[in-house]
Amino acid sequence: MTPIAHRVIAKRRETNDVVTLCLEPVDGPRMDFLPGQFNMLSALGVGEVAISLSGAPSELGPLRHSVRDVGAVSRALCQRELGDVVGVRGPFGTDWRVTSRGDDERDTVVVAGGIGLAPLRGAVGELVAARAEGGGRVFVLVGARDPSQIVFGEDLAAWARDGATVLVSVDRPSSQWHGHVGLVTTLLADAGFDPVNTRALLCGPEIMMRFTARALVDLGVDAEQILVSLERNMQCGLGWCGHCQLGSLLLCRDGPVVPYAGIVDGLMNERER
Amino acid sequence: MSTSIAQLVRAHPFTAGLDDRYVALIEGCSRNVAFAPGDLLCREGESADTFYLLRRGFVSIDVHAPGRAPIVIETVGPGSVVGWSWLVAPYRWTFDVRAKDPVGAVAVDGACLRQKVLDDPALGYALLSRVTAELLARLQATRMRLLDLYGGPGEH
Repeated sequence: MTPIAHRVIAKRRETNDVVTLCLEPVDGPRMDFLPGQFNMLSALGVGEVAISLSGAPSELGPLRHSVRDVGAVSRALCQRELGDVVGVRGPFGTDWRVTSRGDDERDTVVVAGGIGLAPLRGAVGELVAARAEGGGRVFVLVGARDPSQIVFGEDLAAWARDGATVLVSVDRPSSQWHGHVGLVTTLLADAGFDPVNTRALLCGPEIMMRFTARALVDLGVDAEQILVSLERNMQCGLGWCGHCQLGSLLLCRDGPVVPYAGIVDGLMNERER
Repeated sequence: MSTSIAQLVRAHPFTAGLDDRYVALIEGCSRNVAFAPGDLLCREGESADTFYLLRRGFVSIDVHAPGRAPIVIETVGPGSVVGWSWLVAPYRWTFDVRAKDPVGAVAVDGACLRQKVLDDPALGYALLSRVTAELLARLQATRMRLLDLYGGPGEH
């Protein structure tokens, strides 16, 4: 698949190392996508990297990708300026299985750690819209290292205004922080969702997702109602090269969003040799 | 309709599965308390003869430092237990505990329970196993925080 040229039409710094790029195709319409999917973004002359879409399908306008500067390609992407061209291949992978229709009455608990809120942002937008149409309650639990690392603060406030329960906890508070301090899992017990009628969407460091999934199951959430977003070294995005293999899964094709119960709970607990 | 202290104690997860006679002993050592935001439940260095079964609202476990606002170590919420120093000599609070929200709690007289444990070691074991479970959960969470999971790959 040949990358399609997209131009940076907006850029926003979220934290000291996370930038959101808004991209429009140089020619043709914007691609359709589902929350949870990812694109392969090319920094021309540097390389290509898998980045989740952080927008919601119902949001009109450009594609949104929130990029964390963790290597040569991601740094190059973070350094793109307005008008620069980025290559885009995709969308790839599986989605969070949410819509903005209000026909699902289950509570949904979204647990995000750090930049893990980016792949979930679109899903939360759809869920909050669905709630207005009679859908189930929405609970957004966010963990961050410290207050300066909380991404999408304006979205968190907007979701709370629109009826979602939004709880944020940091590992290291600042003197101006008056919120929760501690692991994000400590927010679960008192969040207020009905464990028996709840599904959960988890994204963040894999250790965090593993412990959060266990905590949810201990609270009574059915393991089969838990979805996690996994990542490995995505390269082709098409299930050909095998670099993203995890057990029997090729995550660029069978993921990144996968059910926790069945295969993944075992894989997440397997020690790599 | 007011709720009796017996109902409050029995409703808290700390007493789940506990023998009825031991629950009654705890009830006999308990009182219903409330704190406004900013109130101190306990102060570092003071005598630790009470522990709290949190029912409503969050508290912060703080350490005070000269020239700055208290440093929050952790926030703890409903269903949790605050205060373990009543179990271990010299029975002194290690940190401050302050109400973040309007807090409702059951204050349990730890000194009273320490005396009852001398008469009934099985009560001591039952209390210790419950406190240990709370300690274990907090230690595991603290260890996870030490991993600095949200740091970048180059920072590990």
